[in-house]
Amino acid sequence: MLFNPGIEFRDAQREEQQFRVRLAILSGFVLVMFFLLAARFIFLQLIQHDHYHTLAEANRISVVPVTPGRGVIYDRKGVQLAYNFTAHTLEITPAKAMDVNATLDQLSEIVEITPRDRRRFKQLLEESKSFESLPIRSRLADEEIARFAANRYRFPGVEIKARLFRQYPQGELFSHVIGYIGRINQKELDKLEAEGDIANYRGTDHIGKTGLEQSYERVLHGTTGVEQVEIDSAGRAVRVLSRTPPASGSNLALNLDAGLQALVDKAFGERRGALVALDPKTGGVLAFVSKPGFDPNLFVDGIDPQSWGELRNSPDRPMLNRALTGTYPPGSTFKPFMALAALTSGKRTAQQAISDPGYFQFGNHRFRDDAEFGHGSVDMYKSIVVSCDTYYYILANEMGIDAISQFMARLGFGSRTGIDLAGEAEGILPSQDWKMRRFKQKWIAGETVSIGIGQGYNSYTPLQLASAIATVANDGVMFRPHVVNYVEDLRTKARTVIEPKPLRSLDLNPEHIDTIKKALVGVNKEGTSSSVFAGTEYVSAGKTGTAQVIAIKQGEKYVEGRVQERHRDHALFIAYAPAENPTIALAVIVENAGFGARAAAPIARLVFDYYLLGKEPPDDKKGAAQ
Amino acid sequence: MIAWYLRRIGRLLTAHIDGPLLAAVLLLMGTGLMVLYSASNAGWPRVTGQMMNMLVALGVMWLFANIPPHFLMRLALPVFALGVALLIGVALFGDVVNGARRWLHVGVTRIQPSELMKIAAPLMLAWYFHRYEGTLRARNYLLAAVLLLVPVVLIARQPDLGTAILILASGGYVLFLAGLSWKIIAGLGVAGLAAAPVAWHLMHDYQRQRIMMLIDPSEDPLGKGYHTIQSTIAVGSGGVTGKGWMSGTQTHLDFIPERTTDFIFAVYSEEFGFVGNLVLLLLFLLVISRGFVIAAQAPTLFARLIAGAITLTFFTYAFVNMGMVSGILPVVGVPLPLISYGGTSLVTLCLGFGILMSIHTHRKLVHT
Repeated sequence: MLFNPGIEFRDAQREEQQFRVRLAILSGFVLVMFFLLAARFIFLQLIQHDHYHTLAEANRISVVPVTPGRGVIYDRKGVQLAYNFTAHTLEITPAKAMDVNATLDQLSEIVEITPRDRRRFKQLLEESKSFESLPIRSRLADEEIARFAANRYRFPGVEIKARLFRQYPQGELFSHVIGYIGRINQKELDKLEAEGDIANYRGTDHIGKTGLEQSYERVLHGTTGVEQVEIDSAGRAVRVLSRTPPASGSNLALNLDAGLQALVDKAFGERRGALVALDPKTGGVLAFVSKPGFDPNLFVDGIDPQSWGELRNSPDRPMLNRALTGTYPPGSTFKPFMALAALTSGKRTAQQAISDPGYFQFGNHRFRDDAEFGHGSVDMYKSIVVSCDTYYYILANEMGIDAISQFMARLGFGSRTGIDLAGEAEGILPSQDWKMRRFKQKWIAGETVSIGIGQGYNSYTPLQLASAIATVANDGVMFRPHVVNYVEDLRTKARTVIEPKPLRSLDLNPEHIDTIKKALVGVNKEGTSSSVFAGTEYVSAGKTGTAQVIAIKQGEKYVEGRVQERHRDHALFIAYAPAENPTIALAVIVENAGFGARAAAPIARLVFDYYLLGKEPPDDKKGAAQ
Repeated sequence: MIAWYLRRIGRLLTAHIDGPLLAAVLLLMGTGLMVLYSASNAGWPRVTGQMMNMLVALGVMWLFANIPPHFLMRLALPVFALGVALLIGVALFGDVVNGARRWLHVGVTRIQPSELMKIAAPLMLAWYFHRYEGTLRARNYLLAAVLLLVPVVLIARQPDLGTAILILASGGYVLFLAGLSWKIIAGLGVAGLAAAPVAWHLMHDYQRQRIMMLIDPSEDPLGKGYHTIQSTIAVGSGGVTGKGWMSGTQTHLDFIPERTTDFIFAVYSEEFGFVGNLVLLLLFLLVISRGFVIAAQAPTLFARLIAGAITLTFFTYAFVNMGMVSGILPVVGVPLPLISYGGTSLVTLCLGFGILMSIHTHRKLVHT
């Protein structure tokens, strides 16, 4: 220190000076950096605040649809035909599960998974997107739920969910009228999108596929509610912020009678066919049966391929709705309508009689009657009661196809009745025009002859036949058939009645109607079906029919025993009762059952006895109907 | 008489405590506890745990405030050597946690030697420059740089890029304050830019991803970009005055990851907004400016350098953390000083503040 104090001092001072400069530079650096941060805060918190506020809200708020309960369907007496129940389902989201097959194997150690469940799930898997939650088992038992809960960690992507299920307690009985719901497919999704209903279906898995479930889908579905929930980063709901409750779907009260439906089903037994019973004064559908049916419960959660294959490949065609879409030649049940056409057009009076030699010769073709040597002198009453073919061969030939076609169209033949079920068939009401359009050929006059007895081209649904006979029973005032009686809003309890509105009045001469009605009463009293209706406490009216399935060759006689079962004639019967004030009209067809009076009429008798007198069929009577 | 003794004891206890610095530190600690309470969803265990950490850290601060700087100077080289030895130990026998080898078992407990280096590295460099004071040549700076790079490389390889960069920065501050010539600084700058592609090549995948995330966090919103996106949303949605204490939706609905530790600033920022952020910046500036005053008034080169380095390292922590949370810096594991939960960083920081206080309160005694 003593040697060189000056240098030492200057050095130290210079160093300190340099340090201070550098410290000042770094202070500036610190300030600049903090200003940079402040600028970033200004950008984020002041300028972009709205944007980030929105993002934060979107983060925390999730809009969850609240699915409404589907409307319940009741019969006219309040019997439940379709209802919902809550059950726990085990669901897999394939995208979240590592290996679906391994997951299924391991799951089956904990909960019961039948081969059918697996097949059904495979089918679903192919039809769905991998991020959808797909049910593998429904209706888990409590102990199964507990067992799964304990093993939950082993199964990523597998969850237990509480869901509403549809149940059809009557099984096959109403399969063709109520139909079923099933998982929404892409086509239906597109349709909902196009109709602007897609928002209402967020959260809904199922949609009506057939029957009333389809045609009343909007009414049954209800309005989906909305819940705004605050969620955490894991997507768990923390609390509900707001809630718009869902509005449950409305209930349907039907005109159908479950007891009547069951009775008809039993009467058919194993035979194929259809029956439609209407209230002639309202068009209310009292019974609507197509045999065989199927179990609609199979479809609710996706049918497994095996069951579907069985249904589709069965020669009995259980999926075919015979009452609505099956068309059959009306056979002799067409005759009263022909007679009415003749009276209305003035071609015949009731008293005019023909002489029946047992056939009608048209050119070199001989149209034969049932009775080999004819019915003798036949007037209109007799023509219906004994079902004389010759009378109608001649009549049809005289009227010509277009006159027949025009009158029958007014009775609803060849066009949809407008029933509240989708997919109704139109049937075939032949005319010159129709043949030209259909076959690009001219109508041949000879073809008109067999139309007179309900054969030939004409082909109608059982529903059309029922509607036609109901119209006659109701003196020519026609109602649109409807299965649903009223729609009941669950919340307001308000009932919207499906109005029984007259579709049209045929403006028939009451005398003409009376003539036909008397003849129809005659059929059940002294005609083709008199034995079936012997001893009834009410007066009924009816007409038997037999429809050819295959044409028999000229000169050959139809012998039932010789013909293969599936080529045998269809048995038909149309009827109403009581004759003086009809409250029920029906059409019944039993496929390949032969003569109408034998197979079809007894079913009508059972229906009338039940509906008019409240009689349950005795067990031995069921046997008699077979 | 008793009063005289009490006063005397009081004076002994507080003789080496710097009032303004202590006040600023306590304010930050208080803020930290308040935010931590919210960040842990009103969970007391974390808060009381952090209080214990703070008591220990303040004890360490008092202890080091009472150790004269020249004594610390003597410790510099051995502590640094020990630190390097431990780092080598970690590289050879360390425990792997979350894919990184950072911890070393020492008897009953395990330590993170990189934490020790945060103080040991600048201490050693300050000692080194002090020792060669007056005769400093370029090769001195070069040797110092090499000494610094040894722990930096060891830590970067753990891998712990955040800590490595911080230690590099703290050493760099010492070099700069010691008068590293501008020519070399400029040369290093150019070399650094040139080396960037090489460094990129040497980086681990996750480190590269973090840098990529910074450029475009939306590229991987549920993966690597998630932290940044969610913390940026938290900061931005805070607005001018914030959503209020305990009311941050991002925080309380669990959208902010590591919200009590590295990302606690997102919680603070969401709940106290822009105004709160400015207040926090001011509090940090208070500590920094007091540190600078102490450095400027320090009597020896060692004291000046170490005071400057400690202050600037503190600043760097704060800046890197806030920059990372607000999305302008890549995600590196750096806590927000005095606010984030965690005892180690608190103790290290307070140890530094203790040294600052020691430098300031011993300055008149040193001049001989």
